[in-house]
Amino acid sequence: MHDDTSRPGAAGRRTFLPKLGGSGSLGGAGGFSLDRRTLLKGAAAGALVAGAGLSGIRPARASGLTIGIVYVGPRDDYGWNQAHAVAAAALKQVPGVTVIEEENVPETIAVSKSMESMIELDGANLIFATSFGYYDPYMLEMAKKFPDVQFRHAAGLWTDAAPKNAGSYFCYLDQAHYVDGIAAGLASKAGKLGFVAAKPIPTVLLNINSFTLGAKSVNPDAKVQVVFTGEWSMPVREAEATNALIDAGAEVITCHVDSPKVVIETAERRGVMTCGHNASQADLAPKGFLTGAEYKWLTIYKEFADILTTGGTLPNFVRGGYDKDYVQNTAYGAASTDLIRAACEQAKAELRAGKVIYQGPMKDNTGKEVIPAGTEHDAYDVWLEQTSFLVDGVVGSTS
Amino acid sequence: MSDAVRDGTGLPAGAGMAEWRDRIGRSAEYLAIPLFALIVSAALFSLFLLALGQSPGQFFQLLWVGGYGTSFSWQNTLVRSAPLIFTALCVAIPAQLGLVIIGGEGALVLGGLAAAVIALPLAGTAPPAIVLFLMLVAAVGVGAVWIGLVGLLRYGRGVNETIASLLMFYIAISILNFVVEGPLRDPASPNKPSTASIGEANMIGNVPGIDVHWGLPIGILLCVLLYLLMSRTTFGFAARVTGGNVRAAQGQGLPVGKLVVAATAIAGGCAGLAGFFEVAAIHGKANASLIAGYGFSGILVSFLARHNPLAIPPVAILFGGIAAAGGLVQRRMGLPDATMVVLQGLIFVVLLASETLYGRFRIFGGKR
Amino acid sequence: MDPSQVATDLGWWSVPLAMFAGAIRVSTPFLFVSLGECLTEKSGRINLGLEGTLVFGAMTGYAVSYMTGSAWTGVLAAGIAGSLFGMLHAALCSLPKVNDIAVGIALMLFGVGLAFFFGKPFIQPTAPRLPSISLGEWSDISQVRVALEINPLFFIGAALAVAMWWAFRNTRAGLIVRTTGDSAAAARALGVSVLGVRFVATTIGGFMAGVGGSFLSLYYPGSWNEGLSSGQGLMAVALVIFARWNPLLCFVAALLFGAAGALGPALQSIGVSQGYHFFNAAPYVLTLLIMIVSSSKVRALRGAPGELSIVK
Repeated sequence: MHDDTSRPGAAGRRTFLPKLGGSGSLGGAGGFSLDRRTLLKGAAAGALVAGAGLSGIRPARASGLTIGIVYVGPRDDYGWNQAHAVAAAALKQVPGVTVIEEENVPETIAVSKSMESMIELDGANLIFATSFGYYDPYMLEMAKKFPDVQFRHAAGLWTDAAPKNAGSYFCYLDQAHYVDGIAAGLASKAGKLGFVAAKPIPTVLLNINSFTLGAKSVNPDAKVQVVFTGEWSMPVREAEATNALIDAGAEVITCHVDSPKVVIETAERRGVMTCGHNASQADLAPKGFLTGAEYKWLTIYKEFADILTTGGTLPNFVRGGYDKDYVQNTAYGAASTDLIRAACEQAKAELRAGKVIYQGPMKDNTGKEVIPAGTEHDAYDVWLEQTSFLVDGVVGSTS
Repeated sequence: MSDAVRDGTGLPAGAGMAEWRDRIGRSAEYLAIPLFALIVSAALFSLFLLALGQSPGQFFQLLWVGGYGTSFSWQNTLVRSAPLIFTALCVAIPAQLGLVIIGGEGALVLGGLAAAVIALPLAGTAPPAIVLFLMLVAAVGVGAVWIGLVGLLRYGRGVNETIASLLMFYIAISILNFVVEGPLRDPASPNKPSTASIGEANMIGNVPGIDVHWGLPIGILLCVLLYLLMSRTTFGFAARVTGGNVRAAQGQGLPVGKLVVAATAIAGGCAGLAGFFEVAAIHGKANASLIAGYGFSGILVSFLARHNPLAIPPVAILFGGIAAAGGLVQRRMGLPDATMVVLQGLIFVVLLASETLYGRFRIFGGKR
Repeated sequence: MDPSQVATDLGWWSVPLAMFAGAIRVSTPFLFVSLGECLTEKSGRINLGLEGTLVFGAMTGYAVSYMTGSAWTGVLAAGIAGSLFGMLHAALCSLPKVNDIAVGIALMLFGVGLAFFFGKPFIQPTAPRLPSISLGEWSDISQVRVALEINPLFFIGAALAVAMWWAFRNTRAGLIVRTTGDSAAAARALGVSVLGVRFVATTIGGFMAGVGGSFLSLYYPGSWNEGLSSGQGLMAVALVIFARWNPLLCFVAALLFGAAGALGPALQSIGVSQGYHFFNAAPYVLTLLIMIVSSSKVRALRGAPGELSIVK
């Protein structure tokens, strides 16, 4: 059946999270690089050559560790899942570690059964659940059922009340959106910016707010117009939303949807500047690209790999932003002037040093005070994870 | 479709000797032809794998292991089969009247939503048995109204039921998203918009001893009951006459309109039940995870069962097994997840083509 | 940036303009699939599998465009792939007792599965896209100029709609197709091969659905991924009934559906963001309402081919 309905696809099993990935964006640091051609070759080889070494009913269990990774979408989706897959590939380099992967697993009982199958049939002893909706109840139930297996989930949901063999890892992407906002605010003349967003949920709202605050920090009159598409992946509607924003006067477009490719390409064709999301879209917009917000999972996966090879135990809760090198901004595109680059570099340096974006007094876009004067919420403050408002300067509503 | 439908539901009681022989012959036919079609599908799929340089032997071994080879695999398969049984019934019952309903997913989604909505004000105050009962009534009721409306439009206004049910599926999704992102959004689950939890006490739980929820035995029971309804009652007989020829049915004074609405309402109730079990046995709340494609897989199951309620559970278990083994195939062979979709599509195509074989073999009771 | 690209502030006027532009941009896949389905149904058979054909066409078009460097070659390849699916449908339905609706649903699954299976390596690359024709150079308003950037396939589809409408009424081939669809017995009496006519009609229908799919991947939104189709192929089948098997009305229905889809984003872009769920559901609600209003219990649907299983 088609993707939107029969396959839970678009609506049901997408993560709330942005998806990242893209050509080569994660290469370099770990000595692992992915570009379009190697991906093509890899995919072709994967499709054409059997995993000959893994036949048989009982897999040859690696001496120590079998890591099972569950993805909510296809591993090569130009987005979130691919980024995890690419970063996870770094784990495969660790001697004695076997990595098994499963893609397109919906956020239903299917994910419980996939994890259980990895444990029961493949002897997995560490599970990475990479989609937001996998956590409760599925991963928690599995963590209770298999106390000897470690479970890690890619969002900041773990608390002390949860099983000790479970945990979370996450990155504060909104910091990179703040830098995007600075670039967009400086690049626009009239201060009219557009944001194509999937759903009005805290993570998305936080990115919109940080983008807006970045823009207002350099252009106090900047306005960010938001269009919610209502779905994580709905390419035609994303293209329509982009066109509608541009028709309404937006000079820079950015987005928070599963795969930003359509938004960036549509804006580029209309001669409008763009900021990316999740991965490097610089090559999609050779003229209008400014910079983009990217996750840097590779840092975390490398840390995990190092801990595992030295026989240590994984921490329950890992999170961070620019301070820990968990997020980054895409290399500047052609539309970024020297002025923009300098301002962005300065912002990055401040964020690395612990600059707090959310400082009072701050009002939402209905005029209500959301942060009183003298109060601030730093990146690690869980208050931000409950964001349900749009800051002053955003045109749009959360309902 | 009407031929298949009438053949598929058996004969009226009280058959004579010759009819018994005919019946056994037909039963053998109903087993032999689908089995043959499955073998042909497996052969074609093997060619597909060989063309890609993959090992069919390994593939089918993994399919067996992942679907049926261990007790865990069986439980995995059964738990995936349960919703398919209900959604297949949503297709099979209207099919007896010659109606093709493809929007059962909409009734599932709204049934699940209704179950959660009614449980929320009661959770913690009313006894769990009462909460569960009301959830069940709400889910079945909303599902029945949703697809019953399709039947009503069909009979009252001549609106094509296939298309109407599809359009209403898209509308159902908008309603679900609106409710869980708007009025009933649980502030404690901001990033995955959901209703609040119905509470652990109000969950229906598993069948004792196995990791499979109550949806499976109840689904099988419902198949038997609906089989009896369609093959042993006046209602079922009238429905099948209508499915065979609407004008003849009207000529005989059968209440075609009521039959159409009743059959679609029963169908919607079945899909609503699937939604009830998703909420009461698995999620514990309503959210977008309800849109998992069970309604659409159910179409497949129903057609492969030739719309015979008794054949639905085994077919659902076959497809549950394919789904359950999909992960293992991905992990061990490095094949994309779409491999299983290709296999399902191929089985579907070949089984439908095999329809043409019925009645052609003397061994099963001769040429008809 | 080029100052001429800066948008003029149109206020509320941007909504009807966006709907006009959306109608042209979004309608083409609906148009091609519904015209293809119209032809197939006129011959007395329904192919519900065009969603699978559309998705497979989108993947094939993109892949071939990427590999050959020519987007139009991709369109042609998508059409050929689509006609293969059409032939398969027609061949299976030629067998006695095989149900056309069921085969359609099966081929939908099969087509989507194959497209996803073979489409994996083409999610990443950027393939050459189809060009567009600029008709809005006369205007100073950038929104108008953009709205009038029109893909040639749109004009081909519009011309096809007129040609099919004319051909059904005025040509011998049109008469044969209509007769086959209205009464197989009458067609046989004329010495026409019923299965042959349906085979050709379904094959051409598949070709058009494949081309419709290539529009999605090669023009708008213009890339291949597994979420590309949001049910366009299925909805197009609905639009044929909505359009009463009249190719001209198929064109109108496709435009209406495209415009309704543009409403939600356009309203939000000028600050009306309440209730976007329902604006997004608008195309489906609208189609359902029009079907309810225009259907009738007593008379058969006007224009409906008598042999068609869904109207019997």
